[in-house]
Amino acid sequence: MRRPDSLEPGKYVGQSIVKKDAKALVTGKPVYCDDLAPDDCLIIKILRSPHAHAMIRSIDTSKAKLVPGVECVLTYKDVPQHRFTQAGQTYLEASPYDRYILDQHIRCVGDEVAIVAADTEKAALKALKLIKVEYDILPAILDYREALDNEIIIHPEEDWSESDWSHGDNKRNCIYSEEMAVGDVDEIFKECDEVIEESYHTIQNQQSMMETFQTYCYMDTYGRLVIVSSTQVPFHVRRDMANALGIPKSKIRVIKPRIGGGFGAKQTAVCERFPAVVTWLTGKPSKIIYTREETMVIGSARHEMSVDVKLGAMKDGTIRAIEMNVLSNTGAYGEHGPTTIGLAGHKSIPLYGGKFEACRFIAHTVYSNQPSAGAFRGYGAPQGIFALESTVNLMAARLGIDPVTIREKNMLHEGELMPAYFNETANACALDQCMERCKEMIGWDEKYPSKVMPDGHIRSVGVAMAMQGSCISFVDEANVTIKINDDGFYSLLVGSTDMGTGSDTILAQMAADILECDVDDIVTFGVDTDTSPYDSGSYASSTTYLTGNAVVKACQKLRSNLIDRAAKDLECAKEEIEFDGKTFTSVKDGKEITLKDIANNMQGGLSGWQSVTEGGGSPVSPPPYMVGMVEIDLDPMTGKVIPLNYATCVDCGTVVNPNLATVQTEGGIMQGVGMALYENQSYNEKGNNRLRNFMQYKIPTRLDIPEISVDFRASYEPTGPFGAKSIGEIVINTPPPAIADAIFNATGVMLHELPMTPERVWRAMQEKKD
Amino acid sequence: MEVKIKLNGKMIMESIEPDLLLLDFCRAHHCKSVKRGCETSNCGLCTVWFDGKPILSCNTLAARANGHEITTLEGLQEEAEEFGMFLAREGGEQCGFCNPGFIMNLLAMARELNDPSDDEIKEYLAGNLCRCTGFSSHMRAIHKWMEYRKEKQS
Repeated sequence: MRRPDSLEPGKYVGQSIVKKDAKALVTGKPVYCDDLAPDDCLIIKILRSPHAHAMIRSIDTSKAKLVPGVECVLTYKDVPQHRFTQAGQTYLEASPYDRYILDQHIRCVGDEVAIVAADTEKAALKALKLIKVEYDILPAILDYREALDNEIIIHPEEDWSESDWSHGDNKRNCIYSEEMAVGDVDEIFKECDEVIEESYHTIQNQQSMMETFQTYCYMDTYGRLVIVSSTQVPFHVRRDMANALGIPKSKIRVIKPRIGGGFGAKQTAVCERFPAVVTWLTGKPSKIIYTREETMVIGSARHEMSVDVKLGAMKDGTIRAIEMNVLSNTGAYGEHGPTTIGLAGHKSIPLYGGKFEACRFIAHTVYSNQPSAGAFRGYGAPQGIFALESTVNLMAARLGIDPVTIREKNMLHEGELMPAYFNETANACALDQCMERCKEMIGWDEKYPSKVMPDGHIRSVGVAMAMQGSCISFVDEANVTIKINDDGFYSLLVGSTDMGTGSDTILAQMAADILECDVDDIVTFGVDTDTSPYDSGSYASSTTYLTGNAVVKACQKLRSNLIDRAAKDLECAKEEIEFDGKTFTSVKDGKEITLKDIANNMQGGLSGWQSVTEGGGSPVSPPPYMVGMVEIDLDPMTGKVIPLNYATCVDCGTVVNPNLATVQTEGGIMQGVGMALYENQSYNEKGNNRLRNFMQYKIPTRLDIPEISVDFRASYEPTGPFGAKSIGEIVINTPPPAIADAIFNATGVMLHELPMTPERVWRAMQEKKD
Repeated sequence: MEVKIKLNGKMIMESIEPDLLLLDFCRAHHCKSVKRGCETSNCGLCTVWFDGKPILSCNTLAARANGHEITTLEGLQEEAEEFGMFLAREGGEQCGFCNPGFIMNLLAMARELNDPSDDEIKEYLAGNLCRCTGFSSHMRAIHKWMEYRKEKQS
């Protein structure tokens, strides 16, 4: 029997339970958005701008409307005009309100010009071709480094607005500014034996979830708009669409079916507004299924950033001061622009948080005439960690110290304060153990730095550390409802969105351990904004930690209610009841009553305690930590880098489901390898995306990935459910700097730009020779 | 145009548009396991069997299937579940969107290759992308499933 407040894992937490939806997924059942959309949906297609910056002079839809089967052709003149943001963020929303459903002002190639809804896809596509648009082409800002205070203003509109803390100024093309300093940075740099300054550049990356953006809508019995969408943020979609349409939020219901992957892409309501406006205006069901090309051209890719790092250390390897200056490219609209950038500093600098004496973090996010960026796993941390970890590796080389040793000397330890992380204390940190374990896993001491193989190839190793957060402190909010049903099974209503990670299952594992029932007796349901309790959504590594905490609270409360009821039925004091998950026993006289009987009794009479909703936010965001080490094979004739082995050890606190946590890690490493080596998003001089599909934008296949080995060193997070922290995002962070370090250890050149293509590696090697 | 296509053992005779893709034909006939991930024949999500051989239905005209037999995961439910639960026991099914195409190709591989090596497995399945897993869990599941099948046969 559990103590009432016990957080000891029971039968399920810590076990590799199979995901609840597994059978449906592996047998191909129709559970995704496009599988569920009614057959009579209007099909929506979008006319997109070929210009990076333009004003629509005239738009003629008369011919398009004559195409048989066309329901409507909408332009900016036909749709509600209310500024809103598509970013799925909780109150206070950080992203500026800078969009209309359709706007006369076009700000990037691919920006939406007109919406066509028709009975068939063919009719819609035919109508698209018959829309006649005349543009006044405007000069564009295609290099974000020229955006700040440029005379070209991308958002000159008077109704532009932002949240209180963004410190942006649309007249300067700027949506976020920050300067944070701890200690006397300049003075400490002066005292350092070695100071190095380096500049890095990371580009847009595509989340490339296998299911593209998709949404369908219909009107319900009560005249409300129902939006069924592949989204990570149902509650924010409700708000964003209400804002866009200018209708009360009470008029909208959002449902999330199974999601075919998100990785942050679906933390932005990329396509929802089109079926929303079509169904709202026509009253008919409609759907939009983005093509892969649309998903890549106008999705919500990772923010491109330039990161300047200044690092000061003493001869013995003591790091004393860190300065980072970051410029982020949010593109044509500001989704997630004000918030991603902070992570570049706040989730990299604290890795050395216990030791250094001073740090400074300067950040600006600017508009440009490229498509809007958004959220992507890591959310700014990968960019900052690539830059800082590479600089630490350069410092190690400068001082003649092993890059592992310099980290062992400076890394964060449990109990230390993190001044660059909002002064939180690292209550649970096994980073040191992760480093030790990772060294063994890769064989660091034998392999560092490199060796030349008989065929001339070079084998080398590289290292990096990483951290992330678990939810957004003081901002995110998660609630769950737990209900007891007749015969004693439970319903767990969640507002967090399982996007394939298995969160619905791990939340049920937690519930089953508190209620001491079979995990199959917990039915997890999510998400429907009409019935699910509020949850800010699945992003910012929040679900395990924050929604998990809500599950624990709600289940403890329900358990207590059940015991109250049993005490009444068994005529004893509450304290005299023992409950083993199936039977309540009065220790006084041995009388028993089953859960089934209690559950059925509670459905009649006056008790009214069948369901409990609990939850809340968190004043802290406990970071998970990890170490990644890679072994590569580098061909000096071509510059080609093949990652052979990737060893990684993660501290995500208590590992709730080892299989799912392992697969999260392996998947994150793969995406990080893609970011490091292959995924080379680029734009031509007109602002056209050069890589528009998987033929051009190469994500890793099963032939491209290293052997990945994963281990865990679990700290115990006192504020987390069963001691758990997060795992979803951190796992993408180490490959870029670890692989850069391995290339450095093989060739003596440190690449400062991603991806590290054979051409870049080879050219850098030639420059060094010259 | 008129076509006669055997879909998962059921004969379908109907008039189709000449440019109808096999992928859309299958989905219109309740085979929603057939997914569209890329439109450019790069992701493998739309894999179906054409007379028992795996093909990409996103770049095959339905008209080409006239007089042929098409199999989707809906027609292989038992086998799909058998392997699929090996995958799920590794946590490797994840978002599930790539599972049907991947499993179609894997089951074709099992019919075509006898006791394949890891390199042969990876090469055969290279066209099946997955963005969630990093593929390692796929490999663990395939190994265990092949072992299970061997034991079952002997």
